[in-house]
Amino acid sequence: MPDTMHDTLHGAPHRDEHTGTATTGHEWDGIRELNTPLPRWWLYTFYACIAFSALWVVLYPALPITGATGLLGYTVRGEADADRAAQATAAEPMLARLRATEPEQILADPDLRGYAIAGGRIAFANACAGCHGAGGQGAQGFPNLADDEWLWGGQLAQVEQTIRHGIRAPDDDATRTSMMPRFVADGQLTTAQANDVSEHVLALTNRATDKAAATRGAAVFAENCVSCHGERGEGNREMGAPRLDDQVWLYGGDKTTILRTVSFGRAGAMPAWERRLDPATIRMLTVYVHSLGGTEPSVP
Amino acid sequence: MTKVQKPEAFAPDDRNQPLYADRVRVYPQAVTGTVRRAKWAVLALCLGLYYLVPWIRWDRGPDQPHQAVLVDMDKGRLFFFWIEVWPQEVYYLTGLLLLGALGIFAATSLFGRVWCGFTCPQTVWTDLYMLVERWIEGDRNARMRRDQKPRWGAADWGIKIGKHAAWVAIAAATGGAWVMYFTDAPTLVMDLLSFDASPTILGFIGLFTLSTYLLAGWAREQVCTYMCPWPRFQSAMLDDDSLAVSYRAWRGEPRGKARDTSAGDCIDCRACVNVCPTGVDIRDGLQLACINCGLCIDACDNIMAKLGRPTALIAFETVGNLAAAGTATCAIPPGPARCAPGMAARRPARLLRPRTWFYAAAMTTIGAVMLWAFVGRTDVAIEALRDRSPLFVRLADGSIRNSYTLKVSDRRHATDRLAVSVEGLPPGAAWQVLDRRDADANGRPLVETRADGVAEFRLFVTTAPEGRPEEESTPVRIRLVAPDGEAERAAVGTIFLRPRT
Repeated sequence: MPDTMHDTLHGAPHRDEHTGTATTGHEWDGIRELNTPLPRWWLYTFYACIAFSALWVVLYPALPITGATGLLGYTVRGEADADRAAQATAAEPMLARLRATEPEQILADPDLRGYAIAGGRIAFANACAGCHGAGGQGAQGFPNLADDEWLWGGQLAQVEQTIRHGIRAPDDDATRTSMMPRFVADGQLTTAQANDVSEHVLALTNRATDKAAATRGAAVFAENCVSCHGERGEGNREMGAPRLDDQVWLYGGDKTTILRTVSFGRAGAMPAWERRLDPATIRMLTVYVHSLGGTEPSVP
Repeated sequence: MTKVQKPEAFAPDDRNQPLYADRVRVYPQAVTGTVRRAKWAVLALCLGLYYLVPWIRWDRGPDQPHQAVLVDMDKGRLFFFWIEVWPQEVYYLTGLLLLGALGIFAATSLFGRVWCGFTCPQTVWTDLYMLVERWIEGDRNARMRRDQKPRWGAADWGIKIGKHAAWVAIAAATGGAWVMYFTDAPTLVMDLLSFDASPTILGFIGLFTLSTYLLAGWAREQVCTYMCPWPRFQSAMLDDDSLAVSYRAWRGEPRGKARDTSAGDCIDCRACVNVCPTGVDIRDGLQLACINCGLCIDACDNIMAKLGRPTALIAFETVGNLAAAGTATCAIPPGPARCAPGMAARRPARLLRPRTWFYAAAMTTIGAVMLWAFVGRTDVAIEALRDRSPLFVRLADGSIRNSYTLKVSDRRHATDRLAVSVEGLPPGAAWQVLDRRDADANGRPLVETRADGVAEFRLFVTTAPEGRPEEESTPVRIRLVAPDGEAERAAVGTIFLRPRT
């Protein structure tokens, strides 16, 4: 019986009878480890790897310590910046062509159009998808860009204008502005009048629940709403006033929502992207938005 | 069965067995014979193909590469004679890799590690390097004598430097040929000669030159024994009917002098060990380091022929036959008398058995699927990607619209105009391809394909304002047809979805 730890680990000289191979002397529960010697170059390769890793720690930022930046001064961020700069240089000729070409002409050129849609898709995901959704489907208060309802006009030039200057953007003088008044909150209408005019708006799409109220609301509508939304609720793009006679509702077309809109107003906002994106990107976004739902043909 | 010689059961110095072993240099001797000739033929074929294939020209028309076999990374195309593979068809590579793996499994279960011994690049290039080594340095004994000299003279140094220079030259040709599969070969050679080659290309040539020189010149059998995983699981492929290079111990043991009438046929001349490129003794039986190259067969056959004894003491033989012959001859005293009954006890190797049937069936299936996929390829193809956000759009007049991105790919090297036709629409629904204003005689919009590329179009399908489709999902078929006609070039099925409520 071995009486020391050393003898336990390094037992009597032994050769495995089945294979004829010497054992290391290590034994666990009667199982002995065969000693199949590694080639010495393998050992040297191991040492070389250790030396390589030591060199790596000296040259590159390998330790989670502030200041351990490595002698080469390499950073992943720096490499990414260099990549981006290289890509920007490579993209510049195409971007210059985009800046010099009107959106309609971009659509007619398969190369430019493909480039603009591919670039616009990425820019849209970065800048627009947060509100308008990944595919431009919009959400309550954020217009669907794939449908055929355009608050401020759906021609390419109008879409580009909206992207550049935004809607109710506080820092842009050319931004699109209009005001849906807070009719009840500001005391211009009573709650009863608001109810009546909401019924009238429902009646424009044949959905009135109270015919008498709707009839009463027609007068309220004529007095307060027609100037922006038009006599039959056909909307006015100059004012960004939505159509009320169709089936697309930015905030919702049920009576509760309409009543809330009449009572407390609406003032959705969109940033002016001209200050954050370059003209070529805005043009690519215009073309991409066009590809979503076709926008509207330009006036000949 | 005669017991193969094994080391002593115990050795007094085993306690001091080192954990690391110095490399035992292998000095393979030249050998002639059938197997050697077969190996030369395979080597000439493999290396000939490897070095020459990039130089085969193939006319594909203007602005297209004229190289028969080319992996064009920039264009994302693989050219193989008349075949052009696009990146999205990488499943062909998967199929080829599967076929390759199953092919090696099948070959191993039939004939042992013939892949290792005959066709593995490590073996082929090592063989070439050993040939050059013999030409420059001399055969086994001359090389051993030189390496054992305490001091080298000028001639020794010259020979050694000459050998390594020749090796590096072969390695550079190997690295250069590799790069030629990825760039135009004549252009590359001109660039190299005029020192215009890009740093990337030089880097890759350098990398493959270095790895060839190290692996075939220095590492050699160490690659097979210590680096390659294949020897480790070869046992799973072999069974009693696999033909592998084997020593017929029932005939050879016990070893003795040629004139010793009580000994077996093996005269322990070590010719089989001397020619072995991995330095193993085949008489120890099937082992990890044996690459099944069969050179020991030639070496032994030459000796047996000189002695006037039957050849094939070492041969491609099955484990089952070794055992059968051993049993049949154990009662016969060692010597020539064992030969005939031992050979008679053998039976032909069963090449067709469940294992090989399975490999054959799997390879046939994969090959058939690949062939079917390949034959079904068309010049023009169309894919329809349905917009998923939003699934559908409600327009101002209450109609429902689905939007699709059509991807039209054209393998030909010229653009074509094709008419789009959409079928199976819900009643009253209309459709348009965005921004396509030209139409054919039947009023179908025309789209222009992109030569050797993919063109994208947007398709909108819109129901009538009150025309709600019956089903929530309506199958729709989008076809590309020849303008003014009905000849279909490509078609794809998709669906039209309406809101559930």
